[in-house]
Amino acid sequence: MAEPMKIRATLQGDTVDVRVLMLHPMETGQRRDGKGEIVPLHYIQSVLIAHNGKTVLDAQWSQAVSRNPFLGIRVRGAKAGDRISVNWVDNKGDKRTDEVTVAAAS
Amino acid sequence: MNNVRRSLLKVTGSAIAIAAAGAAGMLRPMRGWAAPWNKAGFESKALADALKSLGAANASESRDIAITAPDIAENGAVVPIAVTSRIPGTQQISIVSEKNPFPLAATFDIAGGGEGYVSTRIKMGQTSDVWAVVKADGRFYTAKKEVKITVGGCG
Repeated sequence: MAEPMKIRATLQGDTVDVRVLMLHPMETGQRRDGKGEIVPLHYIQSVLIAHNGKTVLDAQWSQAVSRNPFLGIRVRGAKAGDRISVNWVDNKGDKRTDEVTVAAAS
Repeated sequence: MNNVRRSLLKVTGSAIAIAAAGAAGMLRPMRGWAAPWNKAGFESKALADALKSLGAANASESRDIAITAPDIAENGAVVPIAVTSRIPGTQQISIVSEKNPFPLAATFDIAGGGEGYVSTRIKMGQTSDVWAVVKADGRFYTAKKEVKITVGGCG
């Protein structure tokens, strides 16, 4: 159901710069569609990012996060080949998990 | 009617119910040590209530928090916000847009090697102060920055 995320994890020294782009409508529950009916709330509520299986970020979101959300974080103590996984769950129970390996500094 | 048997059945019944509830909790995706979703905070309509829900009612202002956001955002539906906290022991960063219908936009709990930095994009209904609320070593600190909005992004 949910579209795959785009995740980029690049190494700068021993810190990995993680950038995630999720594809999600993030409906506020205030917008009206063409027929003038309110589009129901539909948004990502929780995002977890793990580094080699260990949680480094646990985010709680409201509908105020923009459509197709972007999220950037930095994690210390990383090296090339480490695994970064991202998981989100929305208010309808839809979810998605994607994983990348950390790329060496270019 | 065998009363002992009846009550025994009741006890076993509720034990099964509890076990099932526990199992359901375990099956929820990857929410290990996490705090439950802050419903009260995300549904509060005033800045003060949102801060209270975080436990940050008595937060002090800090110069060690930097908010990177545009001075003027033309499109309120996509306002890039980055928060950098140089406070040692930063464990949580929240982003609050004061004049939004529901001010609390997001809370980020940082653990392990995560640095005191988050970057995201939020919707803003109108020109407003954006607050960053940082929890470090159990204490709360805030910073704010005004973002002018040309076209609101709530509709």
